[in-house]
Amino acid sequence: MDNRDYMMIDGIPVEINDEKNLLELIRKAGIKLPTFCYHSELSIYGACRMCMVENEWGGLDAACSTPPKAGMSIKTNTERLQKYRKMILELLLANHCRDCTTCNNNGKCKLQDLAMRYNISRVRFPNTASEPDVDDSSLCITRDRSKCILCGDCVRVCSEVQNVGAIDFAYRGSKMTISTVFDKPIAESDCVGCGQCALACPTGAIVVKDDTRKLWKDIYDKNTRVSVQIAPAVRVALGKELGLNDGENAIGKIVAALRRMGFDDIFDTSTGADLTVLEESAELLKRIKEGKNDMPLFTSCCPAWVNYCEKFYPELLPHVSTCRSPMEMFAAVIKEEYSTSSKRLVHVAVMPCTAKKFEAAREEFKVNGVPNVDYVISTQELIQMIKESGIIFSDLEPEAIDMPFGTYTGAGVIFGVTGGVTEAVLRRVVSDKSATSFRSLAYTGVRGMKGVKEASVMYGDRKLRIAVVSGLKNASDLIEKIKSGEHYDLVEVMACPGGCINGGGQPFVQSEEKEKRGKGLYSADKLCNIKSSEENPLMMTLYKGALKGRVHELLHVDYAAKKEAK
Amino acid sequence: MINNREELQKAREMYAKCLMAEKKKILVCAGTGCVSGGALEIFDRLSELISKRGLNCQVELKNEPHDNTIGLKKSGCHGFCEMGPLIRIEPEGYLYTKIKLGDCEEIVERTIVAGEHIERLAYKQNGTVYKKQDEIPFYKRQTRLVLEHCGQIDSTSINEYLATGGYYALEKALFEMSSDEIINEITEANLRGRGGGGFPAGRKWAQVKRQSAKQKYVVCNGDEGDPGAFMDRSIMEGDPHRMLEGMMIAGLACGASEGYIYVRAEYPMAVSRLKKAIEQAKECGLLGENILGSDFSFNIHINRGAGAFVCGEGSALTASIEGKRGMPRVKPPRTVEHGLFDMPTVLNNVETYANVPLIIKNGAGWYKSVGTEKSPGTKAFALTGNIENTGLIEVPMGTTLREVIFDIGGGMRGGADFKAVQIGGPSGGCLSTENLDLPLDFDSLKKADAMIGSGGLVVMDNNTCMVEVARFFMNFTQNESCGKCVPCREGTKRMLEILERIVEGNGRDGDIELLLELADTISATALCGLGKAAAYPVVSTIKNFREEYEAHIYDKKCPTGNCQKLKTITIDAALCKGCSKCARSCPVGAITGKIKEPFVIDQSKCIKCGACIETCAFHAILEG
Repeated sequence: MDNRDYMMIDGIPVEINDEKNLLELIRKAGIKLPTFCYHSELSIYGACRMCMVENEWGGLDAACSTPPKAGMSIKTNTERLQKYRKMILELLLANHCRDCTTCNNNGKCKLQDLAMRYNISRVRFPNTASEPDVDDSSLCITRDRSKCILCGDCVRVCSEVQNVGAIDFAYRGSKMTISTVFDKPIAESDCVGCGQCALACPTGAIVVKDDTRKLWKDIYDKNTRVSVQIAPAVRVALGKELGLNDGENAIGKIVAALRRMGFDDIFDTSTGADLTVLEESAELLKRIKEGKNDMPLFTSCCPAWVNYCEKFYPELLPHVSTCRSPMEMFAAVIKEEYSTSSKRLVHVAVMPCTAKKFEAAREEFKVNGVPNVDYVISTQELIQMIKESGIIFSDLEPEAIDMPFGTYTGAGVIFGVTGGVTEAVLRRVVSDKSATSFRSLAYTGVRGMKGVKEASVMYGDRKLRIAVVSGLKNASDLIEKIKSGEHYDLVEVMACPGGCINGGGQPFVQSEEKEKRGKGLYSADKLCNIKSSEENPLMMTLYKGALKGRVHELLHVDYAAKKEAK
Repeated sequence: MINNREELQKAREMYAKCLMAEKKKILVCAGTGCVSGGALEIFDRLSELISKRGLNCQVELKNEPHDNTIGLKKSGCHGFCEMGPLIRIEPEGYLYTKIKLGDCEEIVERTIVAGEHIERLAYKQNGTVYKKQDEIPFYKRQTRLVLEHCGQIDSTSINEYLATGGYYALEKALFEMSSDEIINEITEANLRGRGGGGFPAGRKWAQVKRQSAKQKYVVCNGDEGDPGAFMDRSIMEGDPHRMLEGMMIAGLACGASEGYIYVRAEYPMAVSRLKKAIEQAKECGLLGENILGSDFSFNIHINRGAGAFVCGEGSALTASIEGKRGMPRVKPPRTVEHGLFDMPTVLNNVETYANVPLIIKNGAGWYKSVGTEKSPGTKAFALTGNIENTGLIEVPMGTTLREVIFDIGGGMRGGADFKAVQIGGPSGGCLSTENLDLPLDFDSLKKADAMIGSGGLVVMDNNTCMVEVARFFMNFTQNESCGKCVPCREGTKRMLEILERIVEGNGRDGDIELLLELADTISATALCGLGKAAAYPVVSTIKNFREEYEAHIYDKKCPTGNCQKLKTITIDAALCKGCSKCARSCPVGAITGKIKEPFVIDQSKCIKCGACIETCAFHAILEG
């Protein structure tokens, strides 16, 4: 060994770099140390006690909260440790609903996984799991407290990453539970529907609301014409569960699968995103020109962000773009297109998002009481439906989306990753439309997984200051900065860290895989022959046709007005 | 307002003179126990009677001496609460017990005016009448250093604290010692934390002093949650300035200018006395900016805890002060680095701070002459259970359990045999006869798988069921677990479940082993000290009284006859006259028989209420 710091893990020297804790180092050494409450993005909670390791003096340390030190020597796999881990699992199982086969999280559950890994074949304590304690008041998530193991991951995501704090611990000892304020139903709490809690939940205690059952009925109904749009981030997140790698662009296979399942018209939300780019850039330029006191302009694509703004910063609503989200713009256009159909129309959106389920049900997006988007299906639900259909996804031949909305641009595709909306708008706004110019936009600072990014771009002789944030805690920090005098022209906000690729409706993956999803979208952009939204020939057709004279009616919404009406 | 060292010294001399000038002193115990027995009404009545008698009654120590005054004072707790309300008369040193309003007139007439002793009100033990407080065995064997003022001076007056040498240690620390010297003195004295862990206070202070952060805090843990323990309450109520002085010295040594006292809300009197003490100290210039003209500034805030036992744990306590849920957090980082508001924090308990002025005043050498080598000083214990004298005591570390129980405690109540003593609060261990000669100090107890904890001592006689004792404490721990870590939340629940079924007669083969397995897991893996110690009572009772567990599980019998569900009630056919009285008294119709023939009890119906036993005139019904 040279001068590098190292320590011994199970008798093997392991180099210490900048690992924050033993747990990360142990995992780096190729040992799958079990945890329930550790997430590298969250604060250390240290409650599950599964990651205990034995030090050289026989004492036990929780690996998650112990920093590695050169010269340290630990064991991860002693008789005692295994005995304790098994006991902890047994204790958790004794107090947990064990109807695994009918659980929404069956096969994805960490408790189930670790119980299998540690060969827990019996539980010596009486089963004291409570009856199902289900709160399905929210349109976005479903909660069942009988499946909660109180790891606190949801509580920390909600407060630390999202700054929402809709849930917290209540009571103590074995009566401890996770509760909203005054134990109100989730729908009446401060929840913004982002679904990050469901992603973090190791068991089935918080899951994405399941809307597939009703949808199947409509698909099978001969008198119903079911159209569907697929959001950009979905295509790169089907991942392992369907035999692909995370980040692999599966749009062609998704289209093929949806067609086999019985969807009648299949489109890509990237087309809707192109509409958003045109409307939002126009709005930005108009606001800059008018120079009123409504800068910066905040993007409005993310429904969890809109909810957050309404609940926590209502005074900022006039700053939020009046553009509908790509999903809602596109849905309005699609419904308009098929309005003369003899069949009952149902429009479905496949989204990486749980909050979209709430957005779809908003009064603003209903026509004569019927929502433009009848169902929002999350990526997780799409995977479920594909499995249910018996389709061997990895074997599918890719297919193309349907006309008349069969074209989209690279600008629309990158909406699924943080900074994508901004980059798309910039492509529209900059005067130099060359490939080199577009390529250099990627280096202005808008790309990457960082939670807060800043960029500046010249528009004419004016320098536009742009901030891109993902994660609502980052958003609220930025808002406070703006309130204390910092100036920006455009602020892109995505509620989920990293943008839609890590949406609450996506399958849970570790951070390296998250980055692959982002790269997948940028690769998809490279493959698009049209890079800038205004060059999408379909746009011209739409503005001259269906949208003529109705742009405001179909593509815009006034969230601020709703607040005033209240 | 005291502006400098000289003025403080003068004030001390002047108040001492005033205190000396009092012809007689009546110290009415105003601790929580005596107050609930009517001590404040007694105080008012005495004040009224003395004034009526034309005597000069002084209820507050003033700054000019008057001859022939009768000082009437609200003192702190004497620790002998079961004999309360208590009154001490000085200079004679009489202690009157169980005072009623109606006794006041006699006290004034006979003792204050005529100087007589009232035998009727004195404490008696085994036929001996004890005139003076110091002669009473309960006090005679104690060494009251930290509690020296409790019961001896007016607990609500800073003047009396000054008169008895108060704030001398602060003065010395401020003007004669550097911060390193203060810390060295505390380290040299080997003052160990009185809250349970026994961690050397000096080392803690030195670690905080080393931190470079500008803001540091001194926090006092007054969240005394152990059932039956009231050492800290007594100090906060009876001698609040001593504790404040200790905190200030800690602040001076570590470079902190803010102090927080975390008191449980169930101690309203402690809160009000502390508030008053802080106000008095501020008015005198002993708290606030530039204390005694020096560049040392210190402020103290009071935070009331909402009654969670776990908030006695350091990181839960600081979280609670910050307004967060009181849950322990993982360490590292430790409180000395990232404590209150994420700043370096000295956290000690009330008794520890109360020791500080003694050490600074008398030096480490003197302090080490008391107690044992590794555990110097004294320790206060709350003595309860089946013994003659219960109450709060203070003894040198190293005093044996036997001395505490039989000399101070007066032995077992009603002549029963000693069985066990549970020490150190709800998560302490149970020690048996074999351990009676064990010295009470941090290390000896640790070796015996017990801990000094905060100092609760529950003495049990041979009528106590040890399985039930274990169940009782496990029930407490389970209710008070914060619920954060799995082993403590779920493990204590299962231990309680098993103990409950054992005392109910449903214990199974393997339960003892399962209890030990759970205990091992919890002790090894729980997140905080409370969880790690939660299984102590069970492990120690299994170790010392395993046969009792076995009797419950295998023979379905409680050897002490305490466990209701394990009792069997039978009718002795030889003694039964067949009168049917028992059958008529049985609420569930479990007793049947023919008149003039022996009756029988249907065990499947019997609820073991014992109503039949009471009605039987022939003592024919037996319980066992």
